[in-house]
Amino acid sequence: MMGGRRLSLDWIGAVPFLGYVALFLFLPTAIIVAGAFASEGGPTLVNFANLSRPYIVSAVINSVILSAVTAVGGAVLGAILTYAIATGNPRGTFRRMVTSACGVLAQFGGVILAFAFIAAIGPASAVYVYFSQHHLDYYASGVWLYDLRGLELVYLYFQIPLMVLIFLPAVDGIKPQWREATESLGGGTWTYWRYVAGPLLAPAFLGSTLLLFANSLSAYATAAALINQGGPILPLQISNAITSEVGLHEPGFAKAQAVVLIVIVAIVSVLYAVLQRRTARWLQ
Amino acid sequence: MSRSRRAKLRAFRIVTLVLLGAFFLGPIWAMFEFSTRGVGENSPRTLDAWKAIATYPDLVAGIVASLELAVITSIGILVVLVPTMVWVRLRLPRLRRAIESISLLPLTIPAIVLVVGFSPMYQWMGINLSDNILTLSLAYAILVLPYAYRALDAGLAAIDVKTLSEAARSLGAGWFTVMWRVIVPNISSALLNAGLLSVALVLGEYTIANNLLYPNLQVEIVSVARTNAGVSIAVAVASLLFAFVLLVALSFVGGQRGGRQRTRERLVQTFARDFSGGTR
Repeated sequence: MMGGRRLSLDWIGAVPFLGYVALFLFLPTAIIVAGAFASEGGPTLVNFANLSRPYIVSAVINSVILSAVTAVGGAVLGAILTYAIATGNPRGTFRRMVTSACGVLAQFGGVILAFAFIAAIGPASAVYVYFSQHHLDYYASGVWLYDLRGLELVYLYFQIPLMVLIFLPAVDGIKPQWREATESLGGGTWTYWRYVAGPLLAPAFLGSTLLLFANSLSAYATAAALINQGGPILPLQISNAITSEVGLHEPGFAKAQAVVLIVIVAIVSVLYAVLQRRTARWLQ
Repeated sequence: MSRSRRAKLRAFRIVTLVLLGAFFLGPIWAMFEFSTRGVGENSPRTLDAWKAIATYPDLVAGIVASLELAVITSIGILVVLVPTMVWVRLRLPRLRRAIESISLLPLTIPAIVLVVGFSPMYQWMGINLSDNILTLSLAYAILVLPYAYRALDAGLAAIDVKTLSEAARSLGAGWFTVMWRVIVPNISSALLNAGLLSVALVLGEYTIANNLLYPNLQVEIVSVARTNAGVSIAVAVASLLFAFVLLVALSFVGGQRGGRQRTRERLVQTFARDFSGGTR
């Protein structure tokens, strides 16, 4: 009884929802966290000690490198595309077309994206056949498409549109008057970008890059469809640990890896939120 | 703006759009090309791969299962979420923040992490309750929860839930009538939004199904590719077209009320931002 009011039964209305999320959101989370610190004997850190196995360490490093490369690459190319859109007519059909296309493409991922690239530049594709007939065998040293380098290329396909969607509001916030003001004070294009637009866009750009980093770090389906053997990145290792024999013998191992992944994503998300707040200060 | 700078800007825009346009349209065109190839070199275009879809019973079963999962998940999440959100607005305003944070929580947890927690649960359920593939909809409802919540929240914010339901109650309506005949018709476009998002997300889902060893559409696409890449790419194209139709429908629905382009653009943006990671 709160504040002397009569006992209310209103809260019963929230029970179905709360019951469901307790079972299918909080319980799995609790299983992961508890399982990561448990073994048959009792509480333990052995699951985390197992993370020092060379193949896990290299998977984490590969994941971070892959995410960093595709985040920076996607951010730079996406920013260029954003600028190309933002300098056009703000009410034009062209802008609407590109932003809608980005909305569709940014969610276009997973298995189908992997197949699209296999069909486009894979060893059986028309493009590859044409190039190899003209003595430009780009798979001469192995089919890199099914490798980390392939992932770097394929991930850009969803990273660039995502960058456009999250960076466009910031670029729209740049007023043409600021450029005119720079010019009337004698500044050229370089001065404008170096001292006016650049510093204003920097927090938004960095924040977007971080979001892209987290996005690529947690991607699983595209990599699983493209890479058949081994597990060069962390999400694939987690999947191996769930399904393989290892998972049955070491049930805490997948959970410890999951904890690592979520800790990295959480750190990146917090940094993103901080930068987002900085951006919001002058945007609008 | 000087004339030379305008010309430079124009050239920059054209080059950027042509190059990136090729990067984005190329793979989609290639899927069409690949799925209509004949056997052998220089053979004419055929639709054999498309016709062969029906001859793979596992693939058909996967398609049916994914469609069923999409329907069950989207209806299920609406049935749980709509009454809860209305009730919280009317009677439990203190809980609103909590319900919101809980609903948006799955956005921050990658699917590959969630499935680690689901795995022992589904093992237990498989032994003690049911190992039917449709039980996946219980997990999928968590995946679609944030998107459904946002869509519904926008719909409910546009109407005066309290006044409407008090008016209906004072005229003698029961709670069921209030929900079904007063609230639901007023948020119909939000319901459609939430439903379409859920369908699109479930049809593209691979991570959870694959790791829990349930053969849904995407899992079957991957397994058919090992024997006949043409067929699995044909199905991939079909599911892509279907998702595209859903998205066009979505932007159409979203544009109706506000009517202005900004509203629609924002809807597409939040959708994409939220959606990212969902199917990957």
